[in-house]
Order: sequence, then C-alpha cells, then structure tokens
Amino acid sequence: MARTATTTDAFSAVAEGSRREILDALGAEEATVSDLVERLELTQPQISKHLAVLRTVGLVTVRADGRHRWYRIDGAALQPMYEWISGFEATWNARLDKLDEVLVELQQKEKQP
Amino acid sequence: MTSTIPDRHGSAVVTLPSDEEILIVRVFDAPAAIVFDAWTTPEIVQRWWAGDRGEVTEAQIDLRVGGRWRWVMTANGGFEVAFSGEYREIDRPHRVVRTEVFELVPDVEAVSTMTFEESDGVTTMKILSRYPSREYRDATIASGMEGGLQTSLNHLEELVRQPS
Repeated sequence: MARTATTTDAFSAVAEGSRREILDALGAEEATVSDLVERLELTQPQISKHLAVLRTVGLVTVRADGRHRWYRIDGAALQPMYEWISGFEATWNARLDKLDEVLVELQQKEKQP
Repeated sequence: MTSTIPDRHGSAVVTLPSDEEILIVRVFDAPAAIVFDAWTTPEIVQRWWAGDRGEVTEAQIDLRVGGRWRWVMTANGGFEVAFSGEYREIDRPHRVVRTEVFELVPDVEAVSTMTFEESDGVTTMKILSRYPSREYRDATIASGMEGGLQTSLNHLEELVRQPS
C-alpha cells in the first residue's frame, strides 16, 4: 500500500517515532508546547515542527486560551487508523478464539486417565 | 469440571512497536507447553489456524532448527492462502523463532518470534513479526482486513512489482 508524503497523510505522520510520542503524551490530556518539552526528550522547535505536521493531517487540534495554545488529539482523525488495525486484529481473533477451544479439549484429554 | 470455554474471545491485542514490526498479544487459559504444542504439531494446527475463515488444507512442520514449515488454508471465498518458512530457534515451551513468507509475495520474508510465558497455568503468547520495511508491514496489516483480503493481495502484488 503506497503512502503519500508525510505531511498529507495521517498514516505516514504517525510513522515517525517522535510524533507517536507526542500523540501518546496528548492522549491523556491536552497540553501546551512547554508541557510537551517538559515531558518528552525533544526541543521546543522539534515539538513545534511535529505539531505542525500533526495539525496538517488533522490528528491534532489547537485552541487559544489567553497567551497559551493548548494542543489535543482529534479522535475522529484517528478512527481510520484504528479501523485499519482492527481488521487485522479481527482476523487474528477469529484464529485465536478457535485455538482457545482446541486448547480446552487438549487439556481435557490430558486429564483423562 | 464446569464450563470450560474460556471467556477470552476477541481479546488479542495488535500493536505496532516500531515501523517494521507487528506485535500480537493474547492470553490463553492453558499451560505454555500445550500452547506451544498447538503451534508446532500439524494435527493441532490443522484444527485452528484457519479460524472460522476457511479450512486448513496443509500443515507441514519440520520442527528443528533449519527445518521447513508450510501452512495452507482455503478461505471461504475459495482462494488459497499459503505461508511457509524455516525454523530458526526452538525452545519448548518458551520460544520459537521462524521466518515467514506469504507465498504470493515470495521475496518478502518476515521473522516472527513467538514467546509463551506461563504463570499459574495461564499463558501469555506474544508474536513479534519483523518485516523488511514499513511498506511491507503495512501491506500485511491491510491483507488481514475483513472482506478486503483479495483486494489486499492484489495491492501486495503491485507493491512487489513496483518497488519504491
């Protein structure tokens, strides 16, 4: 599956490790750039650059509150990514649920004299 | 013995620890040795590997370092899905490392490390698969999507014909 340039595609945007860290940090609560500088091992310019990419692809939104700018995750934008993984997960669940049943039988067999 | 069907259905968790990896974690109410054997014994693999999506038509396992494996299922849609590879490490009941090739895309080899950690008869299975690139990793995830399997196989083939 070919992906387009980093700045236009949510999938590619999260492929970058630092951006995933930022999303993780924003997952719990909204934060300012200085909050993120404090929490992550990234400089202020790095964080600002990554936030700009995340905003471009719609994964992060911002609101102004006086002198502060608060960043937060946009859950709706994460949905396609969640669905992408969950299809794969469903396939594995179908397989491993069946394994569950086989394991129960194998254990019953083992307990028989 | 009372009800024995464990209530863990649908509890597998898939995460992407790095750009080239997929991690699948699932807990089973069975000792590690039994889970390990379920992954390494042809007659048992035959019974579960297709899930409810088809029938396993082949489950070859030569369980020794350098030994080959080949598992084939016929999906409910009628098409065949074949995976094969080689065992690299075998440490019953803790760990198996094997290479994995999806035979429609024979040039792409993943390395899967399966671990089985038991605590009080409950086993946590982890499968960490590492792909040659993020594109192949992503294509693998896409190929597991419900209903989209055939389309995804075509994508995967395209990807291999036109390497970026």
